Amino acid sequence: MTPGLVMERIRHAFGPPPVLKDVSLIAEAGKLTCLLGPSGCGKTTLLRLAAGLEEVQDGCIYLQGKKIADGRDGLCLPPEKRGIGLMFQDYALFPHLNVFDNIAFGIKSLTPERRQWIEDSLDRMGIAKHRNSFPHVLSGGQQQRVALLRALAPQPRVLLLDEPFSGLDVTRRAQVREDTLNLLKESGVAVLMVTHDPEEAMFMADHIVVMKSGKVVQAGTPVQIYFHPQNAFVAELFGPMNHFPGTVDKGQLPTPFGPFPIPSLPDGTAAQVLVRMEGIRVAMGTNAPVPAGCCSTTGRIEEAYLLGRSSHLHIRVPKIHPDPSHAANKSADVLRDDVLLHVRVPGVMKPEEGAHVSVWTDPKQVFAFPAP
Amino acid sequence: MPSMAPSHRPNSLPSAAPPADGKPWWRLKLDIWAVGTLAVVIAVVLPILWVIVLAFSPSDGIWDHLVQTILGRLVWTTILLMTGVGIGTFVIGTATAWIVTMCRFPGRRIFEWALLIPMAVPAYVIAYVYTDLLDYAGPVQVLIRELFGYATRRDYNFPEIRSLGGAIWMMTLVLYPYVYLLARAAFLEQSVCVLEASRTMGKGPWESFFKVALPLARPSIAVGVSLVMMETLNDFGTVDFFAVATFTAGIFDVWLNMNSPSGAAQLATMLLMFVIVLVGLERYGRRKQKFHHTTAHVRALPGFKLNPALATVAFMTCAVPVILGFVLPAWVLGSYAMTFYQDTLDANYWTITWNSLALSGLAALITIVLGVFLAYSLRLGRRTWLPGVTRFAALGYAVPGSVLAIGILMYLGWLDNTIDTWSRETFGVSTGLIFSGTVVAVTFGYVVRFLSLSFGAAEAGLGKITANMDGAARTLGAGPLSTLRRVHLPMMQGSIMTAALLVFVDSMKELPMTMILRPFDFETLATFVHQYASDELLPEASLAALTIVGAGIIPVILLSLTIARARRGARPQDEKFAAGLTLKETAP
Repeated sequence: MTPGLVMERIRHAFGPPPVLKDVSLIAEAGKLTCLLGPSGCGKTTLLRLAAGLEEVQDGCIYLQGKKIADGRDGLCLPPEKRGIGLMFQDYALFPHLNVFDNIAFGIKSLTPERRQWIEDSLDRMGIAKHRNSFPHVLSGGQQQRVALLRALAPQPRVLLLDEPFSGLDVTRRAQVREDTLNLLKESGVAVLMVTHDPEEAMFMADHIVVMKSGKVVQAGTPVQIYFHPQNAFVAELFGPMNHFPGTVDKGQLPTPFGPFPIPSLPDGTAAQVLVRMEGIRVAMGTNAPVPAGCCSTTGRIEEAYLLGRSSHLHIRVPKIHPDPSHAANKSADVLRDDVLLHVRVPGVMKPEEGAHVSVWTDPKQVFAFPAP
Repeated sequence: MPSMAPSHRPNSLPSAAPPADGKPWWRLKLDIWAVGTLAVVIAVVLPILWVIVLAFSPSDGIWDHLVQTILGRLVWTTILLMTGVGIGTFVIGTATAWIVTMCRFPGRRIFEWALLIPMAVPAYVIAYVYTDLLDYAGPVQVLIRELFGYATRRDYNFPEIRSLGGAIWMMTLVLYPYVYLLARAAFLEQSVCVLEASRTMGKGPWESFFKVALPLARPSIAVGVSLVMMETLNDFGTVDFFAVATFTAGIFDVWLNMNSPSGAAQLATMLLMFVIVLVGLERYGRRKQKFHHTTAHVRALPGFKLNPALATVAFMTCAVPVILGFVLPAWVLGSYAMTFYQDTLDANYWTITWNSLALSGLAALITIVLGVFLAYSLRLGRRTWLPGVTRFAALGYAVPGSVLAIGILMYLGWLDNTIDTWSRETFGVSTGLIFSGTVVAVTFGYVVRFLSLSFGAAEAGLGKITANMDGAARTLGAGPLSTLRRVHLPMMQGSIMTAALLVFVDSMKELPMTMILRPFDFETLATFVHQYASDELLPEASLAALTIVGAGIIPVILLSLTIARARRGARPQDEKFAAGLTLKETAP
């Protein structure tokens, strides 16, 4: 592993409330690292610190093993000496330069090879015919590509991308995303990208760093982030979930799908079980076959919406799984209580209102955390 | 790892402990932006400070003497002059602005920009022309005498042009465009709805004007009038020529005739207090300007269609200021120039013109470089004290040229003396006067006075460039200076060029500082015309006067073009920006 960019114990504040509280991260060479988090969590500040546009107040930054900034002794290599590329959210193309000159801006000596690289890249990104156009006549997608090429042109050691696709409309985004990813993979540069879109992070990243209010809450591969979230915030990044709060009893928490084991929490603590909307499976009828190892319950359809590629169901189920051994020490009141499940199933499924269904969970999509 | 040496590049520094003194060497590196800003600000502030310090130093009771003799008269005359010019410009400027924006009559489109043209004529030039026309030997009185058969001056009543009243008229005629421009912008910005609402509530056009439009435009008009008054205080040529005892005239009188620099400094300091009041008034007006829009509904004003009789009145109201302020003086100068151009050419016209052009060009160049430097230094924001300190650099615009001239003269005199003394003590060689009475001194004066113009333009230009542009350039490997050269300067070319042009023209028209600070026997167009006119030789200098007016027309044309462009549906803020630049409104 070659560390491209290492940021160590970064703290930063513009006013009284700190923006970054002790953030550390590594962006490896040849890999794409994603900073994922809601707006205002300090992602962009982190990028600006890495680029040298903000002075580090506390903490260190290393580029390929060399220290380039240290809050302790005031070392702060100016941005132009760092060799770190940055692509801005608003692209920040120079309005007085045409596309070619914009891309060539950062190239120290414009050799025939570099010139050729620009021409080839323009061609490849499908904007060769705009070579002499000025930025204001380009569409958002075209501007995005010019900005990307401009950031790559000086062959930076690390490339920082600030919400690179947020300015594009949804229909163009997928294509531009894929083109960008291919180009970045080929260049072999260490990429640190900021986004608030988890799907984008999943698609692009080799490594995801989840941030919340100036802190790293979890870092890992996309698979780790999705399947092993360390808290409710990370789990819920990918969409709202079904919440089942309760109290731990004998190392278990009661849910509509039966007791869920929480060995890590002592009895009597408040806890919650979270299930993804797409982690709930549905079959018509009360006695549908359930895969081994899955707990099931039965419920009634309350509402069904077609969303196109998937369907959204509201299913009313008993709040506590009617398991005889478990229900024995519960009052009848609790048993009559029911909850509404939000379920996302692929394809078209539009059962009648009131229809009885079997419901079970994919154990990989069920998570238990201490109560918030 | 070798121990840290100061020659190391920062990126090759070992991650070892920081230097023992706590302040690492790269922090001690000379920050050229901060140091440069400080140097410029000190250079600008020193002459002004010099005057004030001198005014408060002991001066053998000269102040008491001034109080007992001329002070009362100076204050009274100055107040009368300012009030007269203020009222005159207010009436003419507001009336023409209202007529042009609200009424529809033949010639309106032309008057919209033509009303600005008198701005091109310096007050002293128009004063010479009208003196030539209206004094005893002038064609008007000659005609009266011939028509009615009068023999002497005592036989009939004719107002004396070389008087306080005359000075008020002269300045009003060339300064009213300031009020016109700001009032017009204010009227244009007023939502039609407000006026229509007033009409539907049964108010006629006149009542709507006095009850709604005028109060709404009041802050803008106040700004215009205070700018006019500042220009009035700045004027030297007219009051000197008319022998009107204002502060400016008094300062020179005390200084040169009573030979009392500290007395002059005391008067100058009092004049500065007048200026401070005006600046306060202007600030106040500008702050109020922001409350203007209650609705954002701005569409083309419907305008009152005037019947032929009213249209004639409107036409005349607009035509008279233009004719008296520009057409007539220009025509007089032009016809003199046709006859007497050879005299002007013989009087070294080309050398004098070259002097003016070179001096103004040099001033414009230096002013622009410094203005951009200050504005960019402010943008880089390396030090927290920068914004506050930089404001002082724009101080010169408010200080009358005569006060600045005294300050610079005294300050440079002190500097020359100090250098001379030091040189004699050290090397036994006398250096004499190095700066005093040189082109350097005049240029210094222009730069101090007009720096706020270029600084304001550069600041506004930079303000339109997003911070991400800097970030993009820096991360692409361009240092601060290279970023300025490759990104900012090309992007704000337009506003910088406009500012350079304005400084150039203003320097060409500048009279008091040029007269006092210039080298011996060194004439510019302004001093040449003033000299000749004072000797009652205006016809022989008419070509030079015409040249000054011609140069003054350039910014007016620029402004007119912006107005025309704004009318074609472009953005009104462009017009405001251009107006602001022309009116030196760019001060902080």
